[in-house]
Amino acid sequence: MKRSRRSLALRIAHLAVVAGFALFLSFPFYWMLVTSFKRTSDLYDLDHNPLLFNAAPTLEHWKLLFTETLYARWLANTALVGALVVVLTLLLAVPAAYSLARLTGKWGERAGIGMFLMYLVPPTLLFIPLSRVVVTLGLQDSVWALVVVYPTFTVPFSTWLLMGFFRSIPRDLEDAAMVDGLSRFGAFARLVVPISYSGILTVAIFSFTLVLQEFVYALTFISSASQQTVSVALPIYLVRGDVYYWGSLMAACLLASVPVAIVYNLFLDRFISGFTVGAVK
Amino acid sequence: MRSPFRTGWLGAAMLFPAVLFIAALVGVPFLLAILYSVSDVKVASDEMRFVGLRNFADVLATPAFRTALRNSFLFTVLSQLLVLAGATTLALALREAFRTRGLLRFLILLPWIAPISLGSIGWKWLLDSIYSVFNWFLMRLHLVESPPMWLGEPALAIASVVLVHAWRMLPFATVVLLAGLTSIPRDIPEAAAVDGAGFWRTHFQITLPMIRPIVTVAVLFGVIFTFTDMTVVYILTRGGPYDTTQVLPSLAFLTGILGGDLGAGAAISLFLFPVLLVVAYAMLRVARRSIVT
Amino acid sequence: MPVIETRGLTKRFPGSARPAVDGVDIQSRDGEFLVLLGPSGSGKTTVLRMIAGLEEPTSGEIRIGGVLVNGLTPRERRIAMVFQSYALYPHLTVYKNIAFPLKAQGVPRSEHAAKVAWAASIFGIEGLLDRRPRELSGGERQRVALARALVREPKLFLLDEPLSNLDAKLRATAREELKKFQRRIGTTTVYVTHDQVEAMALGNRVVVMDQGRVRQTGTPTEVYDDPADTFVATFLGSPPMNLIDDGRVTIGFRPEHFRPADAAAPGALRTPFRVDNVEYLGADRLLHGELGGRFAGRTAFSRLASHVAAPRVGDTLDFVVEEGRVRFFDAASGERRESGAGATG
Repeated sequence: MKRSRRSLALRIAHLAVVAGFALFLSFPFYWMLVTSFKRTSDLYDLDHNPLLFNAAPTLEHWKLLFTETLYARWLANTALVGALVVVLTLLLAVPAAYSLARLTGKWGERAGIGMFLMYLVPPTLLFIPLSRVVVTLGLQDSVWALVVVYPTFTVPFSTWLLMGFFRSIPRDLEDAAMVDGLSRFGAFARLVVPISYSGILTVAIFSFTLVLQEFVYALTFISSASQQTVSVALPIYLVRGDVYYWGSLMAACLLASVPVAIVYNLFLDRFISGFTVGAVK
Repeated sequence: MRSPFRTGWLGAAMLFPAVLFIAALVGVPFLLAILYSVSDVKVASDEMRFVGLRNFADVLATPAFRTALRNSFLFTVLSQLLVLAGATTLALALREAFRTRGLLRFLILLPWIAPISLGSIGWKWLLDSIYSVFNWFLMRLHLVESPPMWLGEPALAIASVVLVHAWRMLPFATVVLLAGLTSIPRDIPEAAAVDGAGFWRTHFQITLPMIRPIVTVAVLFGVIFTFTDMTVVYILTRGGPYDTTQVLPSLAFLTGILGGDLGAGAAISLFLFPVLLVVAYAMLRVARRSIVT
Repeated sequence: MPVIETRGLTKRFPGSARPAVDGVDIQSRDGEFLVLLGPSGSGKTTVLRMIAGLEEPTSGEIRIGGVLVNGLTPRERRIAMVFQSYALYPHLTVYKNIAFPLKAQGVPRSEHAAKVAWAASIFGIEGLLDRRPRELSGGERQRVALARALVREPKLFLLDEPLSNLDAKLRATAREELKKFQRRIGTTTVYVTHDQVEAMALGNRVVVMDQGRVRQTGTPTEVYDDPADTFVATFLGSPPMNLIDDGRVTIGFRPEHFRPADAAAPGALRTPFRVDNVEYLGADRLLHGELGGRFAGRTAFSRLASHVAAPRVGDTLDFVVEEGRVRFFDAASGERRESGAGATG
């Protein structure tokens, strides 16, 4: 039948396209995986086919990573900064987003847009003056500098995202609660916030990934290895002179990328709905 | 006085901490950046003298700056074109083919979720002039005479940087486009089919134009993320070989932080601002038009 | 030769126990306005979509103009469809919306303007050609959708509940216009609706469907006065036909044929009737009450014209069904029977 044959060809084409892109996009990570388990002798021997394990896989790079570098420390730093920044962000953004979502009139729209625009001011513009500010506050070369500065990009975006979530909650719900005796703040704290747990969680996770990704500020403010985050430490410290420890480097990159990706993936749908709601508003 | 907030002064109180924080740590530094750019402040010293537009003049005179300016635009435009073409293709294919199952979506999203620096390090290894797996195959298949220096030769280095930028932004654009495509009601492409439109006509004349606002937003975000990024260049090439892949942010970092000349560094980074303004304006225009709908 | 014909049309969706469409046979003559009527889930929209080529039948044949179209894409079938939501292209002007099918089928650009103007004039929307769909009212959008369908001069129109998105007041006028338009153009039309008033008003013939099967095909008069089973009997008519259980037989009569007994016009089935509730509907009165005698305990509706003196709540008097208006159905299968033989008492 004409129709089935044509649609079959189309289906195969679609599948091929998707497979091709998936391959291109994920290949570097696959390569990280393979490299991290290959013996150094196998890695650097140009006669060996790089796609195969010509010698038995090894854990030596992973061991080196954890025993002879500050990798564990860097992961801990990053986790600490991430957690603190998420808390700080939520404390600032959740009330602000609620206020903006329930704000009527011109000011509401303006403030929301202003908040969004703040997100567009990039670290690569602010990092030079901020480096001075950090010194003035006495936070140079410390993770605390990051804790203080990172909310500058997590708060605007989180506020904007949460505004979308809060706007989708019907006002009738809060009005009913207030008729029942709650104050406006009470309605917010005991009704709106619990309802929005999944939205808030999504924002928290997204903020955490933003922290994880950040490079410029960490590079600028922090100079000692023990205070550095994963994102900056790896390209700087897993090098002796000009020699990169590729095996361990790949292992380190893989470990710092994949788990977060898994969690992020689980929350993606919610994030998308918040994003398209916000963008088109 | 009546508060403009429906919620009375409580609303202001809830908004205030965030606004204060942003004003202090974004607004003030921004003003400081402008201040620095017209002074001769250095990293080590505390003093600061007003020098007018000398920093700007000096910087504009250096060839490294002109290259960086050109590169910032070049890399952004090229990579975004690649992203647009790729994301459209992938989004269309994903929508038709199947529901994005967990694993597939995970693989597609990896470049976007993984920290930029780590993905770049991965590519640095993949593009290493001696140990690159691509080079190994190219040599074995006798397609080249000597292994291409992906990060060592100007033209190839530029291509590599553009590629890595495109690789990183592709998932984000795809997700946004896919969300847009799925928001098209099912009966519109059906009506087009009944009206006689085939595959290409339906997509190019109906579905893609319909999601133009979303596409625009995705592209604008992509422009910002790419234009203001220093990580990819810093990790892949440090701006080399010989400043040929330098971009404005990385040059600002080199000059201001590593070189110590905060004034010049600030001046360089301020060149990012006009582009940001244009993009912000464009985004607001798109948003306003969608509200009218 | 029928313009549209289906034989044994069946559609099974994966994962559901019963077929959405189960062996449907339809034949439509040239120029006919055929209505597919049924509740939601009856499969009527699925039948329409299969005719359009938007769903593939699991089995069965579809012929348009005598040609078997089972494997053809919608584009190749040369039919036009109006969707429930109208599916206007939001980013195109009304003109471009109407011109789109012409473009898609390769009609030369020079002919577009004339054809669009003609289609627009039939529906009186010439003044709207430069607007975008979002600037139009519901009624205007509906007419644009119709114009877009008309412009290709197809052999067959398919309409999927095109009036259901209009407000009640608009619906009546739109309905009338639709009927006039179809008569004028003369193209065979298949129209899907769940609204039995629409079906009766518009259709030359009505196909009553339930749970994927055709219950009855006939003119509005036929399906209303001579329903083939209890489903058709109760689906048409508001309130539905009164159905009284009587052993192996179910007796049916319509409320408007159930009136107080009158020496001058004796009817059938004389029964005492106690009026429990009276609704004044303007032109009619709707009485609801309990039957006595042989049918003690059963309830029924009666519809009487307002200008006739009506019994009051609490009154009990003898009612009869008008001569020739009693219907009998098999109590087990619901199908229509000729007589009441086999009833008790």
